[in-house]
Amino acid sequence: MSKTHVTTSINASLHEFLCEPGDTLLDVLRNELQLTGTKEGCGTGDCGACSVTLNGRLVCACLVLAVEVEGMEVGTIEGIGQSDSLDVIQEKFLEHAALQCGICTPGLIVSTKALLDENPDPTEAEARYYLAGNLCRCTGYDKIIRAVMDAAATLGGAKEGV
Amino acid sequence: MAKVIFSSELQKLTGEKHTNVTATVYRDIIEQLVERYELLDRDKLLQMAVAIDGVIIHAPLLEVVQDASEVHLLFRISGG
Amino acid sequence: MSEAREFKHIGQRTIRPDGYDKVTGRANFGADLSLPGMIWGKIHRSPHAHAKILSIDTSKAEAHPDVLAVVTASDFPAIQSETIAVGEGSEDLFDLTRNLLAADKVLYHGHAVAALAARSERAAAEALSLIEVQYEVLPPVLDLRAAMADDAPVLHQDMFTEGYDKKPEKPSNVATRLEAKIGDIEAGFAAADVIVEREFYTPTAHQGYIEPHACTVRYDENGQSMIWCSTQGHFDVRARTAKILDMDQTSLKVIASEIGGGFGGKTTVYLEPVALLLSKKSGCPVKMVMQRTEVFIATGPTSAAKLWVKVGAKKDGKITAMQGRLAYEAGAFKGSPMMPGVMTMFAPYDVANVCVEGFDVVVNKPKVAAYRAPGAPQAEFAAEMLVSELADQLAMDPLELRLKNAAREGTQTLYGPKLKSVGLVACLEAVKNSPHYQAPLGTPQSGKVRGRALASGFWFNMGGQSSVVINMNPDGTGTIVEGSPDIGGSRASMQMMAAEAMELPISRLKPIIADTDNVPFSATTGGSRTTYATGMAVVEAAQKVVQQLKERAAALWNLTPEQVEYADGVVHAKQGDDQLSVREICQAAEKTGGQISGQANINARGAGPGFAVHVCDLEVDTDTGKVDVIRYTASQDAGKAIHPGYVEGQLQGGAVQGIGWALNEEYIFDDQGVMENSGFLDYRIPLASDLPMIDTLVVEVPNTFHPYGVRGVGETSIIPPLAAVGYAVSKAIGAPITTLPCSPPRVLKLIQDKA
Repeated sequence: MSKTHVTTSINASLHEFLCEPGDTLLDVLRNELQLTGTKEGCGTGDCGACSVTLNGRLVCACLVLAVEVEGMEVGTIEGIGQSDSLDVIQEKFLEHAALQCGICTPGLIVSTKALLDENPDPTEAEARYYLAGNLCRCTGYDKIIRAVMDAAATLGGAKEGV
Repeated sequence: MAKVIFSSELQKLTGEKHTNVTATVYRDIIEQLVERYELLDRDKLLQMAVAIDGVIIHAPLLEVVQDASEVHLLFRISGG
Repeated sequence: MSEAREFKHIGQRTIRPDGYDKVTGRANFGADLSLPGMIWGKIHRSPHAHAKILSIDTSKAEAHPDVLAVVTASDFPAIQSETIAVGEGSEDLFDLTRNLLAADKVLYHGHAVAALAARSERAAAEALSLIEVQYEVLPPVLDLRAAMADDAPVLHQDMFTEGYDKKPEKPSNVATRLEAKIGDIEAGFAAADVIVEREFYTPTAHQGYIEPHACTVRYDENGQSMIWCSTQGHFDVRARTAKILDMDQTSLKVIASEIGGGFGGKTTVYLEPVALLLSKKSGCPVKMVMQRTEVFIATGPTSAAKLWVKVGAKKDGKITAMQGRLAYEAGAFKGSPMMPGVMTMFAPYDVANVCVEGFDVVVNKPKVAAYRAPGAPQAEFAAEMLVSELADQLAMDPLELRLKNAAREGTQTLYGPKLKSVGLVACLEAVKNSPHYQAPLGTPQSGKVRGRALASGFWFNMGGQSSVVINMNPDGTGTIVEGSPDIGGSRASMQMMAAEAMELPISRLKPIIADTDNVPFSATTGGSRTTYATGMAVVEAAQKVVQQLKERAAALWNLTPEQVEYADGVVHAKQGDDQLSVREICQAAEKTGGQISGQANINARGAGPGFAVHVCDLEVDTDTGKVDVIRYTASQDAGKAIHPGYVEGQLQGGAVQGIGWALNEEYIFDDQGVMENSGFLDYRIPLASDLPMIDTLVVEVPNTFHPYGVRGVGETSIIPPLAAVGYAVSKAIGAPITTLPCSPPRVLKLIQDKA
């Protein structure tokens, strides 16, 4: 089967890759480009571990075909935070002990960033519903929601009172 | 003398609820029990955990036993 | 002991040392390692729940140009039935091998039959259909009632029930019967004024870790084989794999990747020995990653259980007798956690007459694996439901009833010894005084009803073998080398305990999880043992480092170690002004006998039992049967919380897993034993939008065996939610809950039947 050439921007830098028509964006990120920060928990769009942004919109990379990202802007966990300074969301996840095993964390941080980009001032309920597509089995979500609300407050948004 | 207390399962093999054993090391308790109760199996006993004076020990072979110790043989439990 | 003791690091909320890697995506989990020349392995699974394998034809798959190796059970060296004690648990090696690759029979839908490795993941998946297996389909045995029936099809012709006085004449699906009793159960019930009795049922449920099982392996005929995998115990993976493949342990190195959740489910092997066989046959490194569906149908779950329970009490609430009869599904092979179910069922109560009988039963479902306090949630669910019902019958506050009968220091347990100092009463008092329990339940909107209930929980907690080496570096920093895979932030607590013992800033000490070649044997992370046992080893190793620091400084001053003191990272001469910092001593170590390190290889005993009390408020929609938890408080005795944030996290995470079990989670099979909900969309674990905040009350009744008072905290928290939620639903709808989960259709039917 002949491969398709795709040119795309990943975390604001230009990437080219060859893929088969059935390859997902997740397959390419992890296996071709070695961007393994994006995790696979289910492959069916149910767990959110592979959350990335596509032209700023939050998607599951396992539900996007790699050929679809031609000419688009892909954002992954590797593009959040600098090597010497973490993003506020990342800092708040650490401060609040909002991760235990950490497998869902990259997806949750990508989703939280998308949430706060869309809605800098979420209520607790809005945050819980926005992040309902990101499964975490370890924490019971309490500390994740606290971290998200604290990040929003620190960034200048969120209403008082978690 | 240490007091060895049998679980209801072990009572089926010993016919007694408890017995007294003179021993300073757990291994000697096992030897005496095997000698005293012919239905007890040494290998099976050695696979069991033990509680000596309330402290659960999973590999007790060389554990020191006090003169007035209470010894319970236990099934080994594993966790998640 | 730790009362009134001032700690510098312990009790702080530090940033975990592996945190940066985890929030940036740099942390490498089971599926994240690729090797040059690597190929992909996949497993061919049974479409039937119960069938004889007549033939396996792999020739077409082998002829596929991209397929480099195919293996079946016949490729394993011959294995005898043997119980291997590895880690804390034990498992029959013969059964384990049969579970890895079926030999004569398949015993559940999804049972592995063959495996292959091909040049790409896609090619491997496509080639699976080229493996041709002929089956003679047998009637499946799908639940306890069917399995225990006299005329049930028998899964294993060589299984005769153990635990009866005489060996039974016929083989059976009941592997083991066990009975434990204290006191006189008949006399206990005869003395009771009130007796309650009921049968309960809990479903098959999965641990639900988000990371599927995964490994990358490389076989090496010269004794340098390697496994990289996601596991709770890499020494355990080494022991099992080496035994199954007839290798020396020294010829196999196992590296524990970062682990994306386990909850007990990653304490055995599913892929690793098969992957190593494929690597041996193909001559290439092999990577295997399970699909989510495979995780559900062929790993984990925990036992479905049938739980009969009877409790008798005096009018004043004093419980006189507690009796249980428990049957646990083991799945395809013997070995359910029935035994800990028997032993924990009534452990929160100080009652003189107790009797519990248990049955371990095989059925045509995946072999169960450990799941957070294995066996305890089911049994204690039934007991706690009935104790709450007893409180209602006696018109007593359920908390007061529990306080009146609470297990405490000196209580005779069913499983053997008398309890030492434990925290159940402290947890009950904490809940009693909590804002939650003091607040009224409140009035729901129309169309909804509310309920509140509480429940206790008990788990043993484990100790066991842990090894730690602390290597001091010439610049005065130190590396804490441990062998306990870190599932929930344990590296943070190791760092804090070492810093406390060595009186150094935490930033100077880096904990790492070493592979099986680079640290002495350590048992599996499980049984809530890591912060307790590995923590004890850390403290002992740290104390040895401090002792050496004193000796080296003393030697430089021509003094004896007794003539110097250590405080805050500095050795002082007791007389005079001489002092040397840790950095200076380590810099000079070359001249005083070589670099400094401390090592501790221990087998920790004295793990303190963990008690918890949870209270749940919930609301039921009477039109749909949907249940929403609206307020939840979890109280638990941690002995001493090293890192309070991660201790609270264990309480919250366990509570929510229990809530999921109580409200939504269950395996659904068709009448042929095919699982119908093997994905996260249909096997519904709790979402962020399902839940309120989970309030925590961490109680600290120190465990005197640990230098800082630690008890394990990981497991107990999953036990109380089943009955706290279950009985709150009963209260809300005014009808008894006997079967979990309280899913909308089941709750709606109860509401409608009542109307």
